[in-house]
Parts: sequence; C-alpha cells; structure tokens
Amino acid sequence: MKRYLQVIAAIWWKDVRVELRSKDIFTGMAVFAALALLILNFAFELRVPDKRMVVPGVLWVTVAFASVLGLGRAFISEKDRGSLAGLLLAPVDRSAVYCGKMLANLVFILVVELFVLPLIVLFFNVSLISLPLLLVVALGTIGLAVVGTIFSALTVNTRAREVLLPILLFPIILPVLVSGIRMTIGLLEGDPLSKLGNWLQLLLIFDILYLAIAFLTFDYVVEE
Amino acid sequence: MALIEIEGLEKAFGRHRVLRGVHLAIEAGSSLVLFGPNGAGKTTLLRILATLSRPSAGSVRVAGVEIRANPEGIRRYLGLVAHMPLLYDDLSAWENLRFYARLYGVERPEARIQELLERVGLWPRRKELVRTFSRGMVQRLAIARALVHNPPILLLDEPDTGLDPQAAEMMTTLLREVGGNARTVLMTTHHLERGLALADRVLILAGGRIVFDAEATAVSYSDLRPLYDRYVAGGV
Amino acid sequence: MLSHRVLTVLNLAAAVSMVGAIYMALVQAPSAINLTETERWAQRIIYFHVPTAWLSMLAFFVTFVAAILYLVRPQPRWDILARCSAELGVAFTIAATASGSIWAKPAWNTWWTWDPRLTTYTIVLLLYIAYFMLRGAIEEPERRARFASVYSIFAFVSVPITFMSIRWWNTIHPVILDPNEDFGLGPGMTLAFVFCIVAFTVLYVALLANRLRLEYTIERVAALRARLLT
Repeated sequence: MKRYLQVIAAIWWKDVRVELRSKDIFTGMAVFAALALLILNFAFELRVPDKRMVVPGVLWVTVAFASVLGLGRAFISEKDRGSLAGLLLAPVDRSAVYCGKMLANLVFILVVELFVLPLIVLFFNVSLISLPLLLVVALGTIGLAVVGTIFSALTVNTRAREVLLPILLFPIILPVLVSGIRMTIGLLEGDPLSKLGNWLQLLLIFDILYLAIAFLTFDYVVEE
Repeated sequence: MALIEIEGLEKAFGRHRVLRGVHLAIEAGSSLVLFGPNGAGKTTLLRILATLSRPSAGSVRVAGVEIRANPEGIRRYLGLVAHMPLLYDDLSAWENLRFYARLYGVERPEARIQELLERVGLWPRRKELVRTFSRGMVQRLAIARALVHNPPILLLDEPDTGLDPQAAEMMTTLLREVGGNARTVLMTTHHLERGLALADRVLILAGGRIVFDAEATAVSYSDLRPLYDRYVAGGV
Repeated sequence: MLSHRVLTVLNLAAAVSMVGAIYMALVQAPSAINLTETERWAQRIIYFHVPTAWLSMLAFFVTFVAAILYLVRPQPRWDILARCSAELGVAFTIAATASGSIWAKPAWNTWWTWDPRLTTYTIVLLLYIAYFMLRGAIEEPERRARFASVYSIFAFVSVPITFMSIRWWNTIHPVILDPNEDFGLGPGMTLAFVFCIVAFTVLYVALLANRLRLEYTIERVAALRARLLT
C-alpha cells in the first residue's frame, strides 16, 4: 500500500515538475480560457439585459473547454516520448499510474481555474469568490479530471486524437456541467449550499462512480 | 530450471501474426543476442517479456512464475532499454533517475543514482536537462535508468541504433561491464559484430520463429554472415 | 446457433408480431379521450415511440454487457455483438426521436423541446455516434475492441446519471404511468401497449440475429481471402 502511494506521489511530482519547467499545458489552457472569456463577453454583450446572468454558463463552458485542451496534452507528451512505457514498467498495479496522472491533471485544471475566476469577476462584474462556490468548482473539476484522464489515455492511441477527446468526453461529463451551472446559479442568487443538496449529491456520485470505473478499466486502456 | 522459459509464444495483431511459436529457455547469468529482420518480432518479444504486451498464446515463465499470474512482481526483476529512451527532456539526468528510483522503490536512492551516473560517465552532467544531451548520452542514461533497481534481467532493444561508432563502442564497453555479475542479458541488434562480441549465445528470429540458436563460441562471423543475410534479406 | 432455421423462425416471428402490433396500435387500441381528432390519431404513435425508445436502451444495455464480457474474456464474438447491438441501438434511437418529434408537433405544437428525456436522448445518440467514431479511429482489431468496450461502459453508465441531472433541471415530458395525464395510457390501452413492446423486442432480436449472421459471414470471407492470398 505504501509503495502504491509512493508511486502515485512520484508520478504526480514528476508531472508537476515537468509542467513547471515547460509550462506547456498551463499556458495553453490559460490563454485559451482568457480568449474564450473575451469571445463570450462579446457574444452576450448586447443581447443580455444583465451580463451577470450568463456567468454560470460562461464559467463552466470556459472551464470545460480549457480542461479538454489540457487533458489532451497530458498524455500526448508521454505517448510521443514513449515514456508511458516507462510508467508501465513500475512494479505496482497500473491504476497507480492512473491516479498519479489524474491528480496531476486535477491540479493543472484547478490552477487554471484560479486564473479564470478573477478574470470573470473582472469582465462580468460579479462576485464569484466564495467558499461554497469554490467547493462546487472543485468537485466539478474532479469529475472532469477523473473521466478526462482515462479518455485522454484512450484517445492518445487513436487517429485524430485531438478531435476525438472532446467528442468522447463532453456527452459523458454533461451532468457535471449541468450540476455545476445549476449550483452556480443558486449560489449567485444567494441560496445556501444546503438548499442545493441534491445537486451536490449528484456531483459526488458522478465523481465516485466514474473514479471506480476508471480504476477498473485503466489497465485495459494501457496494455498492449 | 532455466530463469526464463518461453513456450509456444504467439502474438498476433489482428490478422497479422508476428510471433508464431517461439520456444526459448534462458539460463540465469547468460548473455543472448537476438538478430532478425525488421518486423520479425524482436521488439514484440521483448515487450512481452517486459509485461508491456500480452501474448496471444503460449506461456512465459520467469523463475518458474507465469508472467501473467504476477506481472507486478516480475517487473521488479526486469530492466528494459527500449527504442525510446523513456526519459523526460525537461528533467535533469539526476531527476530522471530519482523518478525511476521512486517508481521502483529503490532503497537509499541517492547513493545508487550517484553510483550509476558515475558508471555511465554522466555524473558531471547530472544537473543538466536531458534535452541538452546527445543521442549517445541519452542512451547511456537510459541504461542507467534500466539498472536503477539492479534487476537480474536486462532487456535491450537495439540499444546501438542511431549511435555513431565511437558512442557505440563506449556503450558496448559499458554493456560488457554491466552484463557481468551474473546478470541475464537479452539484447537485440542489427550489428552482427557487436552482438557477437557481447553475447555467449546467438539467436536469429525470422518469420516469427527462432531459426538459429547456437553458442557464440561455436560460430564465427564468417559462418554467421551468410545466414544472417539470408534471413534478413529474405525477410521471411 | 445462428443457423438458417433459427433465423427463419425469428424472422417469421418478427414479421407476424409486427403486423399484429400495427393492428393493435391502429385498430384495436381505443382512442384517447379528451383529444381532438388529429391528436387522437397522433397519440397512437405512442405504440411505436415508446417501444423503440425502450429497445434502444435494451440494445445499448446488451452492448454494455458484451463490452464487460469482452474485457473479461477477449473473444472477438463479444465485440461483434457489442458493435451490432450498438448499431441497432442508434437506429432505434433515431426512430424514437423522430417519432417523438412527429408526435410533438400536433400535441405540443413544436417539433422539438429541451425537456429531460429528449435532451438525454440526444446525448445518448451523440454518445454512440462517438462510439462509432472511436471505433473508426483505431486500426488494430484487438485494441479497437478493447477501447470500444471501455468507452461503452462509461457511456451506458452515464445515461441514468445524465437523465437524472437533466430531469431535475426541468420537465414537461408526459409521464406515461400517470393515468390522469391527458396523453398517458388510458385503461384499455395497456394490452396494445404491452403487445407492441413485446413485438418490437422480437423485432430487435431478429434484426440482431440477422446482423450477427451477416457479420460472421463477412469475417469468414475475410479469413478465407487472407488464407488464399498468403
């Protein structure tokens, strides 16, 4: 068990360190997110009576698309360097590789969100930074990372992999977006988190259920 | 009981049968070189041994244990130098080795890493990013990486590809040092002389089967060349 | 098991039950009350619409089970079953969506609405179109089967979750088992309804059997050709 956790930690640190040096994934996601916000701002500017109405949708759409960008890159760099094989040579259950990568992806997306949230506050003139909201965003991000990581491993071995990842991912993570948006709407209107209990449950079930499935099926995705 | 026992090994990718019944017994401490044309299945064979690929049929046993029964345990005893170096460009040589040391749970990693880096002559450049290394240096580091957990079995897939003759010489010397110590080595290469120099047993894999298997002392280069040409040129 | 005889029996059974279903749906079933003339005829779509919807879910469930079976024991036949059933599933999904839309126009005066079932349905359609896109992007048969299996497990599990999430979002789709609902099933309709569901299930089995047989024949031909050419 300790070995298992050590391997997860080692992979996580490796990914974080590599990312800190190259900043590939983060820059891509951050710049894309900023551009998306800009475009969405203009998309709604003249048609919506109050720009703050679209904030929930804008937040989650931006996060979703930026995440897909980042998730795609995570496994592509391993595959292209062939280093995935190096990870698979580790004498532990391969789900450790999944966990390490998933946690690394989670951190990358969370960091981009820390960048996106203030931008939204700026562009849309709305107060967004509150603990309940951050919790909701974090839970939703977990869902994105859980499914996105294994799908990224899946698509990296296919033709047209960059196109395939969003096509496979988006229908499945729709509940995350729906819950996220619904809860954001509620929170912005001043509802306490307790009132949104149902949605919170849904998100939690999503996260846990898919984590379990990913655990069980990751091996089949990376074996040859 | 041989250390590695391969029986009736088959591997097919869809309709394309790469390995068509490989039988091989490798004694502990022996050093084998495997020649063969491209596409003969050398890489596939090595990948199956390294548990990166599942056989379609047949059995592979290491120390009596079927690989499929306990792949995680077997991986502890294997080191693989593959086509790709399996190293991270954005990390330094030292950091790369430390990562792999962690993956394998190596005890006292710092001492081990230093020993390895000195062995392959990269200690002075340990803090430099792999991105800046020449191909020869990368290969040397890859060998260090494969040895970080001191595996009794070392698999090398064409480790001399892309190396200039001088670098290849350095690598051969390195491999000779490393191959001693009762380590079992299985290497594939396209270079006849180098392979002969390093091994005590010579095999040729062609058409998915072992078509030649002899002690290195029993064959000379001139014996082997025509055989090799026939199988490689024939591409059966 | 897929012998000519079995197939003939299945095809006959499907043909007979479908004819019966048409009769039950258009003639036998009583007309809905409290509806205008057009709406009353439109309501009969329910005997087509709901079975096809149910069937698409059954088909995808079969794909889901076949996927798990393939991962556990990688025999090609499980993957063939998964793919063929998924094809039928997509066909039935399109049929259900189209029939729902045709019903919606006279009933709600709109071709489309973003209510939970329809929305989830669209997503299901997208899920399995993505399934086939994934299959198309992988050359090697074993990897294709493996990856498709993993994906279809995720896809099928997502259906109830997606449905719940959208249902909580809003709803105007009629709840079929509520007897007070205008477009729901009245007392005399249950017989026709159940008959149609059974008939469509027989149709599914027959279509699947035929499709599988076709697929096996294609495989045999390909294998023979490969043998001849080497």
